[in-house]
Amino acid sequence: MMVKIKDQFEFFGELMSLLGKSTHAIFSRPFYWARLNEQIIELGSRSLSITIVIGFVMGLVMTLQFGYGLAKFGGTLYVPAIVSLSLIREMAPIFTSLLVAGRIGSGIAAEIGAMNVSQQIDAIRALGTSPIRVLVVPRLVAAMVSLPLLGILATFMGIIGGMMIARSEFDMAYGFYINKVLATIKIHDVFSCYIKCMFFAVVIVLLACWKGFQTKEGTRGVGSAATWVVVRSSIVILISDFFLSKILILLFD
Amino acid sequence: MQTVLKVSHLKKNFGAKTVHRDISFELKKSETVGLLGNSGTGKSVLLRCLIGLETMDEGEVYFNQTRIDLWQEEELFELRTKMSYAFQSGALFDSLSVYENIAYPVREHLKLSAAEEEKLVMDVLRLVRMEDAAHLFPSDLSGGMQKRAGLARAMVLKPEIILYDEPTAGLDPVNVENVLDIMNTFKKRGVGGIFVTHDIPAAKKVCDRLLLVDSGKIVFSGGIREFEESTDPVVQKFNMAQ
Repeated sequence: MMVKIKDQFEFFGELMSLLGKSTHAIFSRPFYWARLNEQIIELGSRSLSITIVIGFVMGLVMTLQFGYGLAKFGGTLYVPAIVSLSLIREMAPIFTSLLVAGRIGSGIAAEIGAMNVSQQIDAIRALGTSPIRVLVVPRLVAAMVSLPLLGILATFMGIIGGMMIARSEFDMAYGFYINKVLATIKIHDVFSCYIKCMFFAVVIVLLACWKGFQTKEGTRGVGSAATWVVVRSSIVILISDFFLSKILILLFD
Repeated sequence: MQTVLKVSHLKKNFGAKTVHRDISFELKKSETVGLLGNSGTGKSVLLRCLIGLETMDEGEVYFNQTRIDLWQEEELFELRTKMSYAFQSGALFDSLSVYENIAYPVREHLKLSAAEEEKLVMDVLRLVRMEDAAHLFPSDLSGGMQKRAGLARAMVLKPEIILYDEPTAGLDPVNVENVLDIMNTFKKRGVGGIFVTHDIPAAKKVCDRLLLVDSGKIVFSGGIREFEESTDPVVQKFNMAQ
């Protein structure tokens, strides 16, 4: 039991150390702009289509369920407000982050893990460069830039999906829906979505890079690392979301 | 002759296991020293300690009279342009072509124009007879070619010494000869180093001096003839096994 607690403290300490070194590397030279560009394309642009689909479908399903649920109490008119607020504050950041954890987190862990077991990380060091600057920082910054934008995109697509279902199922005019959404969502809700996505981006990339650097046992270790990252980052995202929501509500509501 | 590298009373443990108890030796300028020893005697670990890829527990390492074993990781980056490491597997970046692999340290440490960079990279590729493979990826290369590309990458910044980690291991006799020829070419250009190997005939073709590691200590240090004629039981046993 004590050993497990000690292991957890060591794990947390190493993660914080990686965060500290990465933060220092972000604000000092050299900074690999070309690698950042590559990672923004990999993490951001290549997640666009799946984000659009997930956001849109979330909007469809939520509007359908809330619409029929609230119709029993004569509350259909509240659907645009409830759906848009749920989307921007919770559903979009959570689902987009879980999606990115699955798509990108596992990929980062597998890539760095494979580099580690084939001594490519040692080669980066032996050639007089820093694996943190070369591998971690571009991914971390790219995720911090891309994930919030993906979260906002998912929200937008959800609102579009919700608007279409509200029109077809509940005969709600587009103009009415849009007005209700605009009256409900405040700038701090957008900010809240942004902050959450940024935090989750840091969680996903740090866990993935840390696990990649720890990977041993050849290809088997690489596979385990990828699975570990998806499970751990999903748990951390879901648990930390509660505390983040609480803090953001205290700050803004 | 000037001492490039000096190792003094190096000790290295992994947990409770002691790998090196007391390692001391010197490397002169342009000299190539063979580091011999059975598997598991920590020859590669020693090279990794010298270049700072592993931390050592005790002892001192001097490079050109400057103590380097206390340096932090980022302080070692500059040193690693003067003391390079040729990995046993080549350790090429699998997402980059051979050309890009060799250009990697050039782009990191030298500010060259595209034409100058190409000239430097192609020159070193010609040296390892791989100029036609510049566009290939590591997965397209044979084991011997990967090692030669790794040697080219270790040589491209014209270091003072190269730490060769078993560059001939697992190769057929023709490729072993190719690698040894390349090492001799580097030597003729004034680049010496430490050659980790079990292969005494290979070491004889390249090395000026031999060191034998056993039980965490250097049990023999001397010329090739002395090694062959040594009456030390450990050296004799190693010679017999070969």
